[in-house]
Amino acid sequence: MSILINKDTKVICQGFTGKQGSFHSQQALDYGTQLVGGVTPERGGEEHLGLPVFNTVQDAVNNTGATATVIYVPPFYAADAILEAVDAGIELIVCITEGIPILQMLRVKAAMAGTGSLLVGPNCPGVITPGACKIGIMPGKIHLPGMIGIVSRSGTLTYESVHQTTAQGLGQSTCVGIGGDPIHGMNFVDVLARFQADEQTQGIVMVGEIGGTEEEAAADYIKAHVTKPVVAYIAGQTAPAGKRMGHAGAIVTGGKGTATGKIAALKAAGIEVVNSPTDIGVAMKGCL
Amino acid sequence: MNIHEYQAKQLFQQYGISVPEGKHAATPETALQVAQALGGEGWVVKAQVHAGGRGKVGGVKLAKTLAEVSEFSRALLGQRLITIQTDSLGLPINALLIEKIYPIKRELYLSLVVDRGSERIIFIASAAGGMDIETVAHETPEQIISVAVHPAAGLQGYQCRKVAYALGLKGAQIKALTKIMQGLYDLFLAKDASQIEINPLIETHSGELMALDAKINFDDNAVALHADILAMKDPSQEDDKENLAQQFGLNYITLEGNIGCMVNGAGLAMATMDLVKLKGGLPANFLDVGGGTNIEKVCEAFKLILSDSSVKAVLVNIFGGIVQCDVIAAGILAAIEQIHVAVPVVVRLEGTNAEQGRALLSNTGLNIYAAEDLAHAAEQVVALAEAV
Repeated sequence: MSILINKDTKVICQGFTGKQGSFHSQQALDYGTQLVGGVTPERGGEEHLGLPVFNTVQDAVNNTGATATVIYVPPFYAADAILEAVDAGIELIVCITEGIPILQMLRVKAAMAGTGSLLVGPNCPGVITPGACKIGIMPGKIHLPGMIGIVSRSGTLTYESVHQTTAQGLGQSTCVGIGGDPIHGMNFVDVLARFQADEQTQGIVMVGEIGGTEEEAAADYIKAHVTKPVVAYIAGQTAPAGKRMGHAGAIVTGGKGTATGKIAALKAAGIEVVNSPTDIGVAMKGCL
Repeated sequence: MNIHEYQAKQLFQQYGISVPEGKHAATPETALQVAQALGGEGWVVKAQVHAGGRGKVGGVKLAKTLAEVSEFSRALLGQRLITIQTDSLGLPINALLIEKIYPIKRELYLSLVVDRGSERIIFIASAAGGMDIETVAHETPEQIISVAVHPAAGLQGYQCRKVAYALGLKGAQIKALTKIMQGLYDLFLAKDASQIEINPLIETHSGELMALDAKINFDDNAVALHADILAMKDPSQEDDKENLAQQFGLNYITLEGNIGCMVNGAGLAMATMDLVKLKGGLPANFLDVGGGTNIEKVCEAFKLILSDSSVKAVLVNIFGGIVQCDVIAAGILAAIEQIHVAVPVVVRLEGTNAEQGRALLSNTGLNIYAAEDLAHAAEQVVALAEAV
């Protein structure tokens, strides 16, 4: 099995008829994802990409039985979209949108406490179980169904890890982009716990970056709970302090969140940390 | 986004937080007029730049006479201030803040940030104000108190009292601090701040609490919602190339090396910089061309990299997902047509339309090297930069 999603996962898209929503929904359909419809307010009853459009997430859930949603709505509307999905009881909410104000995410996270919904992102590439279900903006064809679980804060470094584990013939069980924002949904530990419990996953690639302390928390968790081999890479060793490196969450403040600190924490937990982003695949193969 | 101290203090006043009496000035003449209008027997002349550490490098002067106000203003305005928080070029002083001097009994510290671990806005306070708070936190953590505000409940009175007692405040001061904290919290929410810092918050001899300094950062993702904040932006305090990059929707940060980097995705851009360093080179910049890029953006990005005269070689590293490699290649060629490119360019294209991209860049008769993989690309660009 994989984690979070599989070939039977029914997915809807919020922001379905927009440019991004349309493009990536078509890609998902081409990949074989069970995309069963989409939501755009005031467009309910129409058909788009051969699928039904609904006014509300609740309508979409009632009519399609979807348990997952992917959100492509613009940043100032995304918090509303996430909470609408939570309200409709969606189990897995994948928010691709980049640029959501941090205070809006703060309220979203507080409102989600105690609900049964899982959030991935925002500002992330999404989740893919190769050969089964693609939810997000990652290029499908670089993936290979296989045994490595990948979890990353960066989209392109997820692709890099996928490319290398594919080249090594290992393939991927599921890849989860947890996103580059400081306040976000599932974190490293949430995903690592699922990879540890997943039979298909034989090894784990974890890609972190500067900012925050989630990698340090992951190091503690891995030491205590993860028996599968983990290869880690941390981006931003040359990033100057106080500068936001593209991602809203990638910033070193007050000496906290440095790559050096994260690497030291991971190594202290016995995790193999590669210095070069080009060594991820080879190192993973070497651990198996 | 950052603003100046005088602008932050204007916002403080709107939210009922007391600040020293004063006004900003852009010329020595205005500075003198401000001091005259304020009256009193002494003034502080503060250089307005987007960086801390001003006091240690002569950016904050105490004037005992009006003549000194003029003298200090003339000396500071038009200069560049180099502090521990700026680069080696420093920042231009285009404005001053002239304020009355108040007798200080104690210096306290108070700030508000979004704490990503607890996912709350937290207040951080300390009785050890006026010092670098990170040093205080490191050396004497017991001198730091923090309270986290639940977004639904909002700031509570007990939280303000907790901070007040920890700071050793009494009687009417507790109400005064509560008012300041509530004002800060309201301001934080209303304007989508990402950090507000008062260091120091002073207790005067008469027991009054006052924000002697003020620093506010705003969430870049939200400033578009606040026209009043956006109007406070001062491009002179930012890197020219970074300003230009913003206009084209590029994420660009100037660094001090000689290898220009153009990459898609923030994570890969950081990783590319790291790799260049690992291979013995130094990156000249961080540049993420983003996901929804086009030929024009790539062209501008390329020109931006080459506008830095220290760049001796360029590394282009693209993992095409949404980004199509042939678009990147076409953008590079468009840039080369518009400007003279004297430095070698190493290109690594992978992913969507990589073959087409490579084909476009080969046989151009230009100084372009197509690399087989990322590791080789980094080695090659470092060698080429050294050979120049």
